Amino acid sequence: MKKLFVIFLLAVVGYSLVNALMDVPFGENRIEPGTVSAFYLEKTPTQLSVANVITAIVVNYRGFDTLGEVSVLFLASLGLGSILYRKHKEGEEEVAILKPSSQLVQAGSKLIFPAILVLGAYVFIHGHLTPGGGFQGGAIIATGFLLMMMAYKDYKVSHNILMWVESLAGIAFAGIGIVGLVVSHSFLENFLAIGNLNDLFSGGIIPIIYVAVGFKVAAELTGVLDTLLNIKDKH
Amino acid sequence: MDIDYNQLMSIGVYGSAIGLILIGLYAVLIKKHLTKIVIGLSIIDAGIHLLFIAIGYIKDGTAPIFSPGGLKALENGQPMVDPVPQALVLTAIVIGFAVTAVALSLVIRLYRHHQTARIDQIKSLKW
Repeated sequence: MKKLFVIFLLAVVGYSLVNALMDVPFGENRIEPGTVSAFYLEKTPTQLSVANVITAIVVNYRGFDTLGEVSVLFLASLGLGSILYRKHKEGEEEVAILKPSSQLVQAGSKLIFPAILVLGAYVFIHGHLTPGGGFQGGAIIATGFLLMMMAYKDYKVSHNILMWVESLAGIAFAGIGIVGLVVSHSFLENFLAIGNLNDLFSGGIIPIIYVAVGFKVAAELTGVLDTLLNIKDKH
Repeated sequence: MDIDYNQLMSIGVYGSAIGLILIGLYAVLIKKHLTKIVIGLSIIDAGIHLLFIAIGYIKDGTAPIFSPGGLKALENGQPMVDPVPQALVLTAIVIGFAVTAVALSLVIRLYRHHQTARIDQIKSLKW
């Protein structure tokens, strides 16, 4: 009975989605002059000298939004820690759930770990030139740490270092925004030379902000993974 | 046989996006295990992201990046796809990660308290 009702509900939702998408033909060019997309595509190479338009939107045109997004990520890792926090009771022995992995996995992950870190750093340093950026590069670096945590049972990341990296990166982001406010009368306004299109040092403050975001995301995701993997079970 | 390529693509891409949304909704509404409900939420997320990107796509479009290859494609008359949905999806993925992480931590907390993560066995939720 309940299942029938749910299937009926899903049919209604699916029908309304299909009905709405009937008016949106696939692959049609909807970027008309005067729309915000046309503005971004036209202004990004000349105004900011950034090759990747998506990076320009995320970090410059909607930079304040990204600052909020980074704080949501910070709040998520903070909430995770505080929800999972548990006082150690007396007479309760805590046993980790993780089992040690084989020697092959351990040696292999030690070999591949630096390469993953370099790939992550490459992705966020070239965020304004190639697909990728701070969030993606940070996620790649966190997967490297995840690999090490899975391979070595007693692999510890220092939460102190993570906290410092995260705080300094966040302060760098907000500080660059405030410098823009002082120099150019608008928060997160570009105040550096924009350089030439497709140069590594181009785009003014955009690469600096994306490197800070990369460090912050890497530290936050590593902290979340460490918290989730180190859950102890009562025994 | 004459197959309209564009129509086929639209059915495939829009259809899979709507399918993902419906599968996720089904898991959220029917499944009893809380972990499966969280998985359903992330499947809905994936469907919505796919829908966004599909709406922003332009036929024969290239990535909105002014790299040497992208500039060459522009000279050949290829359009660039809409960058705004892609930027929004980048934001949505990060928020989706945060939601999943917090939801999973709540599931772990509930499991510790009730020794089960099935909602039909957690009696104190009933009213």
